[in-house]
Amino acid sequence: MEYFHSVTLDRSKCHGCTNCIRHCPTEAIRVQNGKAKIIKERCIDCGECIKVCQSHAKIVAADDFSMLENFKYNVAMPAPSFYGQFRCENSVGKILTAFKRIGFDDVFEVARGAEYVSAATRKLLAQGNLKKPVISSACPAVLRLIRERFPNLLGNVLNLLSPMEAAAILAREDARKKTGLSDEEIGIFFISPCPAKVTSIKSPLTLKKSNVSGAITSKDAFAKIRPIVETIEEDETLSTAGYEGIFWASSGGECCGSGVEDYMAVDGIHNVINVLEEIEYGKVSSVEFVELSACTSGCSGGPLNITNPFLASRRISQQSKKKTVLRKIENPDIEKLKWSEEVKSAPVSPLDEDLDEAMRKMELMDEIYARLPKLDCGSCGAPSCHALAEDIARGFANENDCIFRMRERVRELAGELFELNENYRDSKNNGE
Amino acid sequence: MIKRYILPGDDFSVAGEASSSFKAVLKKLGIDPDIIRRISIAMYEAEINTIIHGGGGECEAEIQDKKVTLVFRDHGPGIANIDLAMQEGYSTAGDRIRELGFGAGMGLPNIKRYTDEMRIETAPGKGTVMTLVINL
Repeated sequence: MEYFHSVTLDRSKCHGCTNCIRHCPTEAIRVQNGKAKIIKERCIDCGECIKVCQSHAKIVAADDFSMLENFKYNVAMPAPSFYGQFRCENSVGKILTAFKRIGFDDVFEVARGAEYVSAATRKLLAQGNLKKPVISSACPAVLRLIRERFPNLLGNVLNLLSPMEAAAILAREDARKKTGLSDEEIGIFFISPCPAKVTSIKSPLTLKKSNVSGAITSKDAFAKIRPIVETIEEDETLSTAGYEGIFWASSGGECCGSGVEDYMAVDGIHNVINVLEEIEYGKVSSVEFVELSACTSGCSGGPLNITNPFLASRRISQQSKKKTVLRKIENPDIEKLKWSEEVKSAPVSPLDEDLDEAMRKMELMDEIYARLPKLDCGSCGAPSCHALAEDIARGFANENDCIFRMRERVRELAGELFELNENYRDSKNNGE
Repeated sequence: MIKRYILPGDDFSVAGEASSSFKAVLKKLGIDPDIIRRISIAMYEAEINTIIHGGGGECEAEIQDKKVTLVFRDHGPGIANIDLAMQEGYSTAGDRIRELGFGAGMGLPNIKRYTDEMRIETAPGKGTVMTLVINL
């Protein structure tokens, strides 16, 4: 199977410390020969490693502004969380206007796509025939997590495209009408708070080809936009999304638009994993809708943003309060928003395809684990003693990778050498 | 292959750890996700029973080619009336346990629903041994 990941490593910056391996929610990173290595099969592109890497060695394979040259007409699509990067004095209108000053021909708010998805969600939930709890599919890292670790729950996932894809469909239609250009001539650029969104554009799960042409990171866009925003006196009236769409930037925002009373909003990847476990046990089956965001505070906490997630969230709520508009889309075209591809389970490979052999490896793993120090120090390059034992059983690592085991071995060898030396001396003495 | 889990009595903080850990084992062995789900739900319910009602005990989980067998042993009060205990909504749990969100009377019926075989050996004052079989 081919894997594409937007999260990659800048080897020159990596010191081989153990920060990333210990924070990775899917145990997808090992340090080998002094450098981090991402296990492609396991990575869900959540970007936790980007957040914790002090050497800034984890980078995102996103696009840059030069890509605009490939198209005749370019539309910027900022995620609502982008607004939270700016002080509240800078209105959404000014931020959007600034995009038109840096080379984009138009802007289209992803918040408008979010309003569309909210309307479709309300319609589907109101029908009442979905498997409860209905799980949101808006966070692409969570969707990848579910297909890897909770494939049983794929049937609970709402099969609607993300606000980004919805916005891109609308932005494209809009641009085609305005310019008469063909799809190939129109560039739709998402301003992304997270690597998982970048991956979902380059290698989508829910549709054959993304409607988005490229992704520019939130921090790259911020660096270009910030000096311009400050100079704008009068903004063009480009801000058309209401507060419902903008509020999607924060955890709980999607729930607010779901139209149901009994919902749960969970943020932070480790919390998300715990709640998915509870759902798997059937303990949340009376809840109607569950919103899951990999990042703390929702997309406002995206790893490619620069502002503290909580400050950004507060700014979002201030910005959305300025918006008195509640754009309710009355009759969303649900068929247009549905996934065209079925998302299939993609569990991590078992220890072995053959059950007997897998059990043998499991027993080996337990034996090895019993000998390890159980400190989960990470010095071996694996995130925990359990993970190292598993890596050894799978044939990817060696027991001597554990520095404590290594020390014991050295001590044993030193003892043997000493004994050998004594024996040699004795035999020499006896011989004389 | 046999995995053994100690289930300490009345310690709610560890409730669910054994089933969670066994679930991870089954995933690594490549067992079908739907069967894993059934095993984990049944095991979770039985684990809670052992901890709450049985005053603690142990679980022995054996994986064979064609089936998984879970044996729960406790030294608690035993079940006085199994037919009654099997009824949905029937529970002997006190207020303290109900306040914690347990004791809804769904444990045993749920275990039966998710397993292929369920055997209970019990007598008042003699503890309970519950054997669950799930076919692979």
